[in-house]
Formats: sequence, C-alpha cells, structure tokens
Amino acid sequence: MIWDVAIIGGGVVGTAIARELAGYRLRCVLLEAADDVGTGTSKANTAILHTGFDATPGTLESRLVARGSALLREYAERTGIAVERTGALLVAWTAEQAGSLDAIAGKSRANGYTGIRSVSVAEVYEREPSLGPGAAGGLWIPDEWVIDPWSVSLAFATEAVRAGVTLRLGTRVTGVSAAGDGGFELAVAPGAGPVRCRFAVNAAGLASDQVDRMFGGDGFTIRPRKGELIVFDKLARPLLSSIILPVPTTRTKGVLVAPTVFGNVLLGPTAEDVADRSDTATSASGLSALLAAGRRILPGLEQEEVTATYAGLRAATEHADYQVAAHEQYVRVAGIRSTGLTASLGIAEHVAGLLGEAGLPLKPRPAGERAAPRMPYLGEAGPRPYQEAERIAADPAYGEIACHCERVTRGEIRDALASDIPPAGLDALRRRTRAMNGRCQAFYCGAAVSALFGKAEFPAAGAREAGEGRGR
Amino acid sequence: MDADVLIVGAGPAGLTAAAELRRLGVPRVLVADREAEPGGVPRHSWHTGYGLRDRHRVLSGPAYARALADAAARVGAELRTGCTVTGLRADGDASSAVLTSASGIEEVQPGAVLLATGCRERPRAARLVPGDRPIGVLTTGELQQRVYLGGERLEGLALIVGVEHVSFSAAVTLAHAGARVTALVTEHERQQSYAAFRLGAALRWGVPVWTSSAVTRVTGASGRLAAVEVTDLAGGKTRTVACDWLVFTGDWIPDHVLARSSGLALDAGTRGPAVDTTLATSVPGVFAAGNLIHAAETADIAALSGRHAARQIASFLAAAAPSAAPRVPVTAESPLRWISPNLVGADRVAPSLGRFILRAAEFRRLARLAVRQDGRVLARSRPLRLIPGRPVYLRASWLTRVDPGGGPVRVGVELPPAGSLCVTGLDRPRLGEASGGVAAVPGDRRADRGGRRVAAGAAGARRPDPPGRRRAGQACGA
Repeated sequence: MIWDVAIIGGGVVGTAIARELAGYRLRCVLLEAADDVGTGTSKANTAILHTGFDATPGTLESRLVARGSALLREYAERTGIAVERTGALLVAWTAEQAGSLDAIAGKSRANGYTGIRSVSVAEVYEREPSLGPGAAGGLWIPDEWVIDPWSVSLAFATEAVRAGVTLRLGTRVTGVSAAGDGGFELAVAPGAGPVRCRFAVNAAGLASDQVDRMFGGDGFTIRPRKGELIVFDKLARPLLSSIILPVPTTRTKGVLVAPTVFGNVLLGPTAEDVADRSDTATSASGLSALLAAGRRILPGLEQEEVTATYAGLRAATEHADYQVAAHEQYVRVAGIRSTGLTASLGIAEHVAGLLGEAGLPLKPRPAGERAAPRMPYLGEAGPRPYQEAERIAADPAYGEIACHCERVTRGEIRDALASDIPPAGLDALRRRTRAMNGRCQAFYCGAAVSALFGKAEFPAAGAREAGEGRGR
Repeated sequence: MDADVLIVGAGPAGLTAAAELRRLGVPRVLVADREAEPGGVPRHSWHTGYGLRDRHRVLSGPAYARALADAAARVGAELRTGCTVTGLRADGDASSAVLTSASGIEEVQPGAVLLATGCRERPRAARLVPGDRPIGVLTTGELQQRVYLGGERLEGLALIVGVEHVSFSAAVTLAHAGARVTALVTEHERQQSYAAFRLGAALRWGVPVWTSSAVTRVTGASGRLAAVEVTDLAGGKTRTVACDWLVFTGDWIPDHVLARSSGLALDAGTRGPAVDTTLATSVPGVFAAGNLIHAAETADIAALSGRHAARQIASFLAAAAPSAAPRVPVTAESPLRWISPNLVGADRVAPSLGRFILRAAEFRRLARLAVRQDGRVLARSRPLRLIPGRPVYLRASWLTRVDPGGGPVRVGVELPPAGSLCVTGLDRPRLGEASGGVAAVPGDRRADRGGRRVAAGAAGARRPDPPGRRRAGQACGA
C-alpha cells in the first residue's frame, strides 16, 4: 500500500490536516506515537480561542491565527464543541504598562482585528469587580473566547477517520528513507513494517525537529517552553466573567486568569525553558509563583480549593514565527507555539495548499462523504445530559450520575467507549467525558468509573440510536 | 413527589436522622443518595469498630451501613439511591430540590431539608504536591472503594501520606490488596493516631512512621507512579523513595457544594455550613448534620449528630413560626482551627451530646480552653492535650451564661502556668476525648490479627465516656 499522504503527529495540527485532506480523493494515514490523539501540547494549554490581536503583524502566525480563528468558531458551533464567549480584559497594572496599551491596540488593528477597544479603570472594575486593587487601565477584546480543547483534536480525527483516513495510534516514526517517485519510506516502531507514502507532513510538535532531520532538514531546533497551570474549583467561577490577560512581553503572553468551559478557573501559565521534551512535571517554585500572581490578580482565589495542576510544553523554536514550509514532497509544520489550537484549521488549509503546489492532486470528494461529527457537549454553560429530562426518559443511563463532581453519567461513559476513536485508557476517557476530573479527583467515583471502563457490558455500537428508538 | 423532610445523603447522619424523624411521627421522610447503595463511607470500610456509641455494639463498616439503612427503611423512611440532588433552592419561605436519577428529573418541595453530605479527603492536587501526574496516586476513599467494592488487587510498594487514624486504615486496606507499605509520612513531629495503631502497624508489617517529612515531588515512568521525593523538613535533605502507590489520607474537607451553591452561609473554620446548636443553617428550614459540619468525626458521632438534627427538625416543623432572633457566633482562635456548631441561638439549646467539637492545628500539652464573650470568661476547661486531626470536646455547660445580645463567643487556648509538674499520663486522650477513629476507620483494631494484642487492651482502656459523664482519674489534677 502506498499512501498518498502520511501525516506524522496526531495533535491538534496533525488531526486538522488529516481532516482537511479527508475532503479530497486521497488515501491518507495519520501516525501518532501516543495511544490517543491530542495528548501533547494539545491537551495541556490555556484553552483560549484567540483573535490573534497580539501576534506580530505580517507573520504567517498572524495570518493563520486569524483565518483559523474564524474557521474554528464556525466549526465548534457545527460540531457542538463547547465554547464560551467570555471576551478578554487585558489589564495594565503599572503606569508604564498603561502607556503601552495604545501600541497593543494598534498592533491588533495591524493584525486585522478591530474589535479591541480601550476601557477606563472604572470599566475594568465594573466588568471584573473581584479584580485585585491597582489596575491602571485596560483593553477589552470581546472575541477572545474559551473553548473545550480536548474535543477539538478528537472532532478533527473523528471526521477524518469517518471519511476514510487511517489513524494509527501508538506508532512512532523512527526513520525516513527516500523511495521512488520522490516519495518516502517511513520506518515505524513498534514492530510493524514501513509506511510507504508519496507525500509526508511533519506535524510532530515537540518532536518536529527530530522528524525534520530524518527528512534531511536542519533549519530549527525545538526549545520546549514549559507552562504550569492551576485549575481552581468550580465554586471559584463566580469570581470572574472574562479572561483576564496581563500586558504581554516579547517572551510570553504572561500569567492569565481565565474561566474554562468546564466551569473552573484557570491560572497560568508559567514560562520556563526546559531541555527535556517529556518533562511535564509541575514544580514547587512554579506553583507558588502562580499562586502569588493569582493573589494579586484575583485575591478571592486564595480562599478556593485547587482541583488540578498540570504542565504543558510549548513547541517553541529559535525562530519567532511558525516554521511551515514545503520541500519537494515533504511539508514541515513546526514551531506552532501556543496558538496551535486557534490556528489549526487555518494551518491545515495552508498545508493543503502547499501540498497542491508540490504536485499532490487535490480532487474534492463529493459533498456528504466528509461530514462534521456531532461531539458530546462537555461545557458547563449549556445543558448536560443529566439536565435533559427527555434524554433521560429515552435512555435512563443519562440519569445515572457516575462522576459526581463533574456530573458525568453512565450513558456518556458508555457512548465514549463506543465512539469512533474509543479511549485507550482512563486519561483518554477523562478527556472525552470529564469523568474523574473534578474536585475529588476520584475519591468518590474512581472505582466506579474504572469498573465501567473495564466492563464489556456496554453495547459496542449504536447505543444512542437504540436509546432514542426506545423513547418514542 | 412530596416530602415533609428531604435528607440529602444516606450516610450515618442522614440514615439515623431519617429513622428518628419517623419515630417522632413525621410522616414523609425521603432520603436521597447519589451512590448505588446507602450507608456512606462505612460501606467501604471493612474493619470493625462501627456503631459503638449509637448502636451500642461493634460492627464492621458494611454491616453498620446495612443496619442503619435497614433501621430507617423499617420505620418507613423512603430511601432513594442512585439519586443525586442536583439543585436546591432555599430562601426561607419554601425549599425546592431537584432530584436526578435514572427515573428522570423530579422536583420536591419539602417542609425541611437536612444536608448530610459528609466529607472527603483532599486529593494530591489540592495539596499542591508538585511533579508528574502518573497513575497510582489516590486517596483512602478511592483506595477502599477500589479494593473493597471493586475487588481490585494493588501490588507493589506503597507510601501513605498522613498519620491519622484513617492513615492506618489505608495501611490495612493496602495490605489486604497485596501492596507492601514502605512508610507513613507526616509533616508533624509525631504521629496523630493512637500509639497502639502505630505499634500494631509496626509489629504486623514493620511499617515505620517518618515524622517531620513531606512528599515534595511525584515522579512517573511511562504514565505509572515510579518514585516520590521525601524531604526531611528539619534538615532539608531529600531522598527518593521508589513506590507504586501513593495514598493521601485525612486532610478532610466537607462536601459543601450543595450547601454553598444554594447560598447557605459557610463557617470559615469548618468550611461546612454555619450551624447553631440546633443544627439550623443560615436559611430557616435547612439543617445540616454529620461530617458536613465537622470533618471528620467517627461514624457514630456523625450518626448521633443526625439524631440531634432530627429532633430539632421535628420541633421546627411543629412550631408555628421559626425564630428570627439573631444568633451569636462562636469562633475558634489559633491554635484551634474550628469549632462546631459555630452559632448559639437565643434558645441556647444544648448541642449533640451536650458538647462542642473542636480541632487544633498544633500539638499542645496541658492546654486549657477558655470560653469568652465580650471579655467575660464563661468557662475554662480542665487541662487537655491537643493533637492535630484529633477531636477536642468542650462541654456546653456555659451556654446558659451566653448573652444572646452580646458579641461573638471566642474559644481560645490558655497555656499552662510555668513550672507545672503535671506531666504524667498525658499520652492519653482527655476531656472526654473518646476512642473511635475518624469516619473511615475503626474504633479499635481487633479485627487485625497482628494488632489485636496491642490494640484490644488499648481500646479497653479507652472506652468512651457516656454523654455528660466525665472519666475519673484521667484529667491532670483530677
């Protein structure tokens, strides 16, 4: 079998590219080293749907974030992925920072985002009454929203798989050799034979420089930048209504406080350059720095319980901009630091264009062969299954709450197990349902959810259809 | 669906309250519990020691849970399991609750509500222990459900964080599940459970207690727990300890979500709803009992708190109009962490068992509790010993001296006079501190073979006081 395209890396960027290419008459394979899609940077970020207001004007990042942002808003609506239109309040805490606000607004306009406007100190506190003292000014960015980050990669991958893309999880590319017709032979581990392809896309995130070298590139090195984050209890959610941003520096967007679509409050990230690409450990110093920042920004947080802490690695390089380029039949998509989630669909479109220019025939499939999936709604703002009387009447499993903190029902866990890309482990189940992600961290439900996960009593497919039929 | 009283939570407090309300002639008593089986935490605590003070016999956790549920059902309380109270609106005029279960979404308008939602242990994330996030890090609650309800085997090496009663319970569970406990780790300079528990653990499994130590980092390998870093808090030295399981025990927090989201005032100390001695919350008609208001007491103490609440609820339902008189706050001052109940009403009703429950943040010997209002001393306790995580009881005999129109009642600690010679026998609990562990643990360890010789004798010497009677010959100077 010779694939038309092999995509290396099943993060939000790789799955978006797979989804994009699934719209054409192509045979594609998506290779992911981990046992699930979206397990790297894609799962551990600030979950913000950016406008790109603070990008560097004229860069590829600026253009693809703007394009991807528009596409993802529309896609989330279509697939039912949770989004909250919170808006962001960028707060200046010193006179010097206040003096830079005009420049930030000007940069935003240069990036094509004109919704930004400056707000008075009074309006800052009117919008966010729980904010700590000392704000010196602010900017209101109404189109910075928060999104469910886990469901995005999963929706892209689900759409791709349903349209015929082959997803190979647990498959790491270990070497590349040239094949005839300008194509490649990819050695993979563990065990299986090589993957032959005509075109290859490197979307390997934190490993993208290593993969790039396999293809003969040497233009960049990944310099992982760790970001630690703290998730506060849902009971803290009334403390704020929008994303609270600091004035960014050249190095980082800084420590923000944001609502999550799951109903929590997020504080972070730190920014620390690390050597180890697998080091996603939190640190005592990182957590205490965040708590100190949180105390200043939103003093009420101090009284609230912490539900989770985690760290993610941004796939930064020595270059400021994205590293996206085609070299004959190979396209590398690297250096997608912290805007990958927002830009993903824009990047995918751009990559498809590059592949077309490189000679990949892009013949669209007939309409209907690729359709956006309907994803389980994991947000807190809209109705969840346990709140829907008709749904419970049709299928009582949606009334049986298994995870109490997050109010995840047995029906939702069953559906996740029977989905197109079933969870390989409990962590993957968490990302699909929110089960065990709550304040008790499995004190109450760990045993019960594990038992549901391990049990085969659940129907393998078509459970929901059967349930709907019963309710008539 | 209608009910005179809706009880949220079918643990020891809720079930005991239900039975008592029926006994007092309240017709429709509905108990809702989100778990599949009634009984609360004792369901998955397979050791003995339950029921001492409320049922006057000693049962295993599951047997105790069944006995309470049967007793409530026998007298006609309606038990609904697999049923979550997903909403509660309480504004003083009327209460309305939303119940969600496999049979749908129902609304109940009860005449009174009793919140008995219990407590849980703070997990690793809430304790801000840094490091990786591997599989193998849990709380005692999850551990016991996995082992006793789920029948899971956990093999390998385990480390336990905490040296309270519940920590030894976790050690028993781990041994039962096939794991070997390397040590119990505590930040305190000494353990907080009975000496007999520690000795039992040491004798049977050779488990040491590492004091003045903290787990400061978690390290995973391939997604599973591999090792933890333990720091000696005195010297600052760290060492790496290989382990497959890390169990965080104790550090209780009330399950106050429903209370808080329905707008009840919380007590800053207990973090449960603020309650007066009748266990009435800030909203008329809404009461709270059990470990929601004192996390965590033994199951029998929680049960008796439920019985006390039931009697007060019955009076509330019979009264023409609820009392609107202001209540006097009762606060605990450092090194005391909290006191429960934490309000005194104008009627100055005695609390459950005629005493207040307190917790201390520090170890203290020969500490006297002093109760003051507006500078006036209402009472002083005998000298007693404070141990973090262990109950301190304060007789409520001073309630009649509270000025209902006065300022807050403050309970503080007075240090012993210099040169006090009274040091003998102070390793024993005093001022009515009774035997019996925390809710998830036994009152004694007679079920454990190795611990038997040591613990049985110790438990015999530590039979609890009947309410209102003080033990002779224990208090310093008595």
